[in-house]
Amino acid sequence: MSELFFNESVILLDVEGNSKEEVLAAIGNNLVDRGLVKESFVPAIIKREGEFATGLPTAGVSVAIPHTDVEHVNKKTISIAVLKNPVDFVIMGDDSETTPVQLVFMLAMDEAHSQLSLLQKLMQVFQEEDTLKYLVRQTDKSKIKSLLEEKLDFVALEGGER
Amino acid sequence: MAKQVLVACGAGIATSTVVNSAIEELAKENNIKVDLKQIKIAEVGAYVDTADLLVTTAMTKTEYPFPVINARTFLTGIGVEDTKKQILDELQK
Repeated sequence: MSELFFNESVILLDVEGNSKEEVLAAIGNNLVDRGLVKESFVPAIIKREGEFATGLPTAGVSVAIPHTDVEHVNKKTISIAVLKNPVDFVIMGDDSETTPVQLVFMLAMDEAHSQLSLLQKLMQVFQEEDTLKYLVRQTDKSKIKSLLEEKLDFVALEGGER
Repeated sequence: MAKQVLVACGAGIATSTVVNSAIEELAKENNIKVDLKQIKIAEVGAYVDTADLLVTTAMTKTEYPFPVINARTFLTGIGVEDTKKQILDELQK
């Protein structure tokens, strides 16, 4: 299993957008620019979010975990975006209700049915109100990076250096 | 015979992995044998004749001949005990 790419370049602060589509495009295009995903990733993730919403009304701060099929991904990564203002996402498994999302974890996965422990730890983070509030308030990307590395317990592949 | 439980999400890649593992653990704790199938929601049709239960994080408007349980609580942690009980009730029927 290849390692996960994660560093400050996929942590975005103060992301602005008037709709979930704008927000998803902003986060996704950053991944395209870094060669982590293919250009097809952005339209695919927007389409997928329309079909299968990923907003989660978690304690304190609502989150969304947009993701799409593996064929759009070059390198596995998790991109974290703190939104300047909350943007409504449809709630997962619900076609009518929305939740004001302020924290987006965009998952770029390169193999199906993988990463169980990482995903489980991520969902664990969603259940920690204090951690979510800390992430939303944080202005230092390196602190977000170290907190998530600790919480998700992964060894990040930093730009292919190790 | 072990009940066949479908665990589905939109892409069959992220949330179903977590839900699948949670049900596996739940069944183990209660000594129930289950036949878990982790799939995309679009693939449910292939199992209509064999499945006993569908647990999903994705929305579904289709009517199925078996119960459907929403598993979002496994991701948010809010109300997860209720969902576990619902699943357990179905598995013990």
